[in-house]
Amino acid sequence: MITFSNVSKIYESTGKKVTAVDHVNMSVEEGEICVFLGPSGCGKTTLLRMVNRLVQITEGSIEIDGKDIQALDSIELRRSIGYVIQQNGLFPNMTIEENINVVPKMLGWDAGKRKNRYKELMEMMGLNPEEFRKRFPWELSGGQQQRIGVARALAADPPVMLMDEPFGALDPIIRDHLQNEFLRIQKDVKKTILFVSHDIDEAIRLGDKIAIFNQGQLMQVGTPDQILSDPKNEFVRDFIGSDREIKRLTLLTVKDLLNKGKKGNRKSNLTAEINEFYVTLDTDLRNALAVLLASPTGEAVIVDQRNQPHGILTFTDYELLTGVHPSKLKSIVH
Amino acid sequence: MEFFEFFSTSWNEILMMTWEHIQLVGLAVGVAILLGVPFGIYITQHETLSNLVLTVAGIIMTIPSIALFGIMIPILSVINQGIGFLPAFLALVLYSQLPIIRNTFIAIKNVDPNMRDAAIGMGMTTWQRLRKVEIPIALPVIMAGIRTAVVLTIGIGAIAAYIGAGGLGEYIARGISTSYTTMVQVGAVSVSVLAIVADYLLGRIQKQVSPKTAHSK
Repeated sequence: MITFSNVSKIYESTGKKVTAVDHVNMSVEEGEICVFLGPSGCGKTTLLRMVNRLVQITEGSIEIDGKDIQALDSIELRRSIGYVIQQNGLFPNMTIEENINVVPKMLGWDAGKRKNRYKELMEMMGLNPEEFRKRFPWELSGGQQQRIGVARALAADPPVMLMDEPFGALDPIIRDHLQNEFLRIQKDVKKTILFVSHDIDEAIRLGDKIAIFNQGQLMQVGTPDQILSDPKNEFVRDFIGSDREIKRLTLLTVKDLLNKGKKGNRKSNLTAEINEFYVTLDTDLRNALAVLLASPTGEAVIVDQRNQPHGILTFTDYELLTGVHPSKLKSIVH
Repeated sequence: MEFFEFFSTSWNEILMMTWEHIQLVGLAVGVAILLGVPFGIYITQHETLSNLVLTVAGIIMTIPSIALFGIMIPILSVINQGIGFLPAFLALVLYSQLPIIRNTFIAIKNVDPNMRDAAIGMGMTTWQRLRKVEIPIALPVIMAGIRTAVVLTIGIGAIAAYIGAGGLGEYIARGISTSYTTMVQVGAVSVSVLAIVADYLLGRIQKQVSPKTAHSK
């Protein structure tokens, strides 16, 4: 668990005081992804960098599992925290294997153990260990480089990871793919992750918890659903956008909808053939809505994993979950 | 052709002088590297000192070599080394300092801040960061400085013949005082060839130590 108590950072330059982080209080549970969200200059990156003491705390304290980080040796602290930055974090003079093994080597792991760890990590990332072992960072695509960056941060199996917009410089398709991969990996490794982002969609998708910052102050912290359904103030409301009810739909899938309202399961009524207007059980409700809107009948066929028809989805099903009348949703979209 | 005749009859002497020249330059640049590279790295960590050091090194560069030799004669006469190898060697070390210190300083300073950030964030000590990341990345630019220093000192080393340090400059000095043009030409061409060959070889080394990038092919 990471606890921030009254954490502040004040920069002094030519007699002027600038408060970059202003009395932040919050905690992040073990195994949780907490996304620090906010516009640039809001202090989210500064706060992140205070955790591994790249930035000195002016006031307050940060504790990891009850231990004040100020009391720990900064070098050892950093080696026990995985760190991923936006881009160019890989060392160009080292091969992929050397890059991944930087921290294990500093920790004095023997060659055999390092080799096994390299293989394990590359397989976890979906990259062929032998193919990349002797290659250099510049030979890899941006997406591959970023995967290596994540693998390197995971190398010594640190309980805590800090990620500073790791997918920020990638194109949308690759970013989408890496976000999925990242969630899949997190399911296995269960790290406590602080993740800086300026992208609300990314935050909703990845975060177990979202902390929104503005001008150094913590505006609101909560689950994506809490933030979207109950924004605390004007700033949060503006930042998450007027389509927040639509964004909320991405948190749920068709399956959730069917589970909630048993009557959604109307196999008997199923006469429609599978046409282009279909959704799967895993489709999120935002995309499902888009299909419904495109469908001339206002209905979409639900198919299961084996592509067999499972039921029919209509606008009225949405009433079950969202509390928002479908016609209202329609007016927002158009 | 008198020029080639001179070469063919005195190639033995030319080779000997070339060897002297290489020794003088090699020793001077070698010592200059041992002093300048660590010093250049040191001043990257001490911002205020760096300005002073680079200015002083710059001033030394502007002193004409013949004047610098002149200054050294009375100083080194105290230990009976006013002329000969020692003053020439010291002058060449001083002249080499600017390109070596400056290139080292700039190369380390110009390492991508993201790289430095990643290295520190992963828990490297200052020494580990320099040794594993910053120096390897900076090496091509440091090598370029050494290359400049070598070519520069090969040229200046020719003038050191005037204070009895030997080397290929001896032909030039002797040729001028005896109005023997061919001798001057042979000396000058030999110095040039030496500089070009040294520059080429160091260029090959520089390429070897450069980290490969997408643009290097």
